[in-house]
Formats: sequence, structure tokens, C-alpha cells
Amino acid sequence: MSERLWVGTRKGLIEFRRGAGGWAQRAAHFLGDPVSQVLHDPRDGALYAALNLGHFGCKLHRSDDGGANWQEVAAPAYPPKPEGDDDTAPWDLKLIWSLAPGGVGEPGLLWAGTLPGGLFRSADRGASWRLVESLWHEPLRRQWAGGGYDWPGIHSIVVDPRDPRRLLVGVSCGGCWRSEDDGASWALSAQGMRAAYMPPEQAYDQNSQDPHRVVQCAAAPDTLWAQHHNGIFLSRDGGRHWSEIERAGPSVFGFAVAVHPRDPDTAWFAPAVKDECRVPVDGRLVVTRTRDGGRSFESFSDGLPPAPGYDLVYRHALVVDGSGWRLALASTSGNLWISEDGGERWNGLSYHLPPVSALAFG
Amino acid sequence: MVTVTFTSHLQRHVSVPRHELAQAATLREALAQVFAAHPQARGYVLDDQGGLRTHVAVFIDGRRACDRSGLGDALQPDSQVHVLQALTGG
Repeated sequence: MSERLWVGTRKGLIEFRRGAGGWAQRAAHFLGDPVSQVLHDPRDGALYAALNLGHFGCKLHRSDDGGANWQEVAAPAYPPKPEGDDDTAPWDLKLIWSLAPGGVGEPGLLWAGTLPGGLFRSADRGASWRLVESLWHEPLRRQWAGGGYDWPGIHSIVVDPRDPRRLLVGVSCGGCWRSEDDGASWALSAQGMRAAYMPPEQAYDQNSQDPHRVVQCAAAPDTLWAQHHNGIFLSRDGGRHWSEIERAGPSVFGFAVAVHPRDPDTAWFAPAVKDECRVPVDGRLVVTRTRDGGRSFESFSDGLPPAPGYDLVYRHALVVDGSGWRLALASTSGNLWISEDGGERWNGLSYHLPPVSALAFG
Repeated sequence: MVTVTFTSHLQRHVSVPRHELAQAATLREALAQVFAAHPQARGYVLDDQGGLRTHVAVFIDGRRACDRSGLGDALQPDSQVHVLQALTGG
């Protein structure tokens, strides 16, 4: 199991470690700075922290010694916007929303998903980045819409462990897009997703879907789970087709999903009431789990706060480690919990953190 | 001599000392000289398209710079340029 947890918050990257006495809070890195994303690269042990400094833009830092020292590396940057281009999206980095390592056989390769919708590729551990122009110049990209932010963004990057040239990205709001050729070309990959917020005749328009988070089972990469704006969707064919899970505990609305690393039928969610009321159902925060591919769900609250509670769990704030037993959960109310038994019981690690945007074991 | 100074808030993230420039006719020219010596500072002050970041303010001899995208504000031989964080948010 992973003995270290990185917590990206609005006021820094906070480190927790598990020792003989249990989990304890350790150092706070980048104190005072908003951390939008954190990545632990299992290939070389490097840590990456994406900052959103507000006044001074978005930055990326890397540590090669477990967080003892950090160095700033390049942040993704958009190319010059052609004169007269009527693209309404700014060609300017607004947020680093997702980070993913390339394949095991691609040392140093990283992917970054950003607002306002650009996917970036680095071949040198973040020393330089280039915009994946094939996706940026896809005509349908200009129809993407903001979801939660003013601009659209890529929050999920899935790299197939069997063949890292096979990629899938999740976009709020622009559906899912799949590449079979290392990002050289892309196809919409949201068939079967349903957008309840669109006019009825456009409900199944793939480019209008708002998957909040998309994750892939490492041992069964054809299985993908998506927590969508108005439901939960499951794909068994690498994202080509999606089926809707219509009942899932107290609600099908939420942002986060985690999938078991070896069992594709097991996934966890952190539901909330609905899009216009982003609080736990009946004020009671729960984690739901399916172990049969979405046919049934269990709902767990042991160790989570009693009603009335207001915790909301963002996209990247529910994670599972490589064992499949240890999970971490954190909220915009600054609460952090860990489970050692597959999500059935939760232990609070802190109740006074800044709002949490992202978690990473490692 | 044109002088360019940067807010102490920026120094927390990236080191960029006060510069004295022999010649710079515009803000663009002055900043280009500074960033040639301190390339990492560029992305903290300018956005990806080369304009001033939304929440960065530049004052030239007490006047706020106007040309935020082209940085074409004129400098005098002894202009004092201050790069500050705007108080509009961020």
C-alpha cells in the first residue's frame, strides 16, 4: 500500500505520511499558493505540482527527491494566436487541470490537460511542452463550453497501459475524445452519454457531454467509468460506447470516481444532490461503491461527518492506491479522510485544511 | 537611464532584480531586455500571447501603462517603470 499522500489545496501542497502511529501531517509545500493538480510518476518517482498563482499565472514544479526539493519546470504555453482568428477561446493557459504519465516504455513522457481546452505533451519530464495541435485545431473543439469554469478544460487523461499510443481525454464540456495514434488524430468517443441539460434533440450530442471525471481500470483497460454531470456511465470497449447507470445510491450526481486497479467491476463515487445544489444528499456525506459493474451500489458513511454537512468532493479528490484497499477522500470544506478497507470505514486525517482540489498517493 | 523594478510579491516566486537600462524606447523593449537576462520571469509578467497578465499592472513615471497587449507605451530616457500586481483580483 502507499504510505504517503499528497494533498493539493487552495493554500499549498500538504504531505501526509503513514508511520508507526498512523497517518500524520508533514510538510506543507508552496504554502499560500493554490495547487490545482499533483502527480506522482510511478516510473521514476518524480512528483509534479501544478500551481495557479492568480496574478502571475500557472506554473509547474517537479521534485526528484520525494518532495524535499522542488524546481520549477516549464508550464505548458499556447502558441501565438493567428491574426484575425475568430476563436472565442483565449490562447492562454488558464489552469493545469490534469497530469498523466506516458507509458512504462516512454520514460519522461507526460501529458497535461488544461483550461481553455488544450492538451499538451512533454517528452522531457516537463522541461518543455508542445500543444497537441491535432486536437486543438479540431473544428468541434471550438464548440466546447465551460463547465464550472468560464472556459472548457481537459480534466482526465487516460493512457492505455497495453499500448500508450491509445489515449482518451475527458472534457468539461466537450465529451470524450480518443486517439489510437499517440495523439496524431482524434475521434469523439462519447456515444451513449446523455446530457439532461441540453435541448432534447441534442441530449445525445457527443460533443456536448460533460463527463466530470473519467478513469480506467489498470488491469482491464477496456473498462472505463465516467462520473458525468447528470449520471454515471460505463464503457466496456475502451470508450467507444457508454451505457448509463441509472440508479447509484442516494444520487447519480457528483464529480469524482475511482476504479479498482484490478477489478473493473468495482468503482467508488462521492454523490451530491444535483448540479444546482452541490451538497451531500440529506446533508450526509457518503461514499458509494459498486462491485458488480453498476448493477448495485453500497453506501458507506462510517467515519464520515453526520448531517448537516456541506462537503463536496471535487474531480480529483477521491483516489485509490495500487492495492485497491486504501482510498483517500477530501472535500472543498477542507476535510480529509482515508479508508483502509475498500471504502467501508473512513478515518479523518484533518478537518481544517483549505479546500482540496486534488489527491495523489505515492 | 531607464529603471525597471518588480513587486516584492514576484520575488517570492522568481528572482528578478531592479534593472537599469541604457536605452529602451518602449515598455516592450525594456521588458525584452529584462527577460533576456531572466527568462523565467517572463511567464510571470506576460501571458502566452505576450501581453500583460490580467492581474499585473505596470506604471511608467506614475502613469498606468495603456497598451496591455502590444506593450507599446513610450519611455523617456530616464523613465521609471514599476511592475506591480494589480488589485483587481487574481
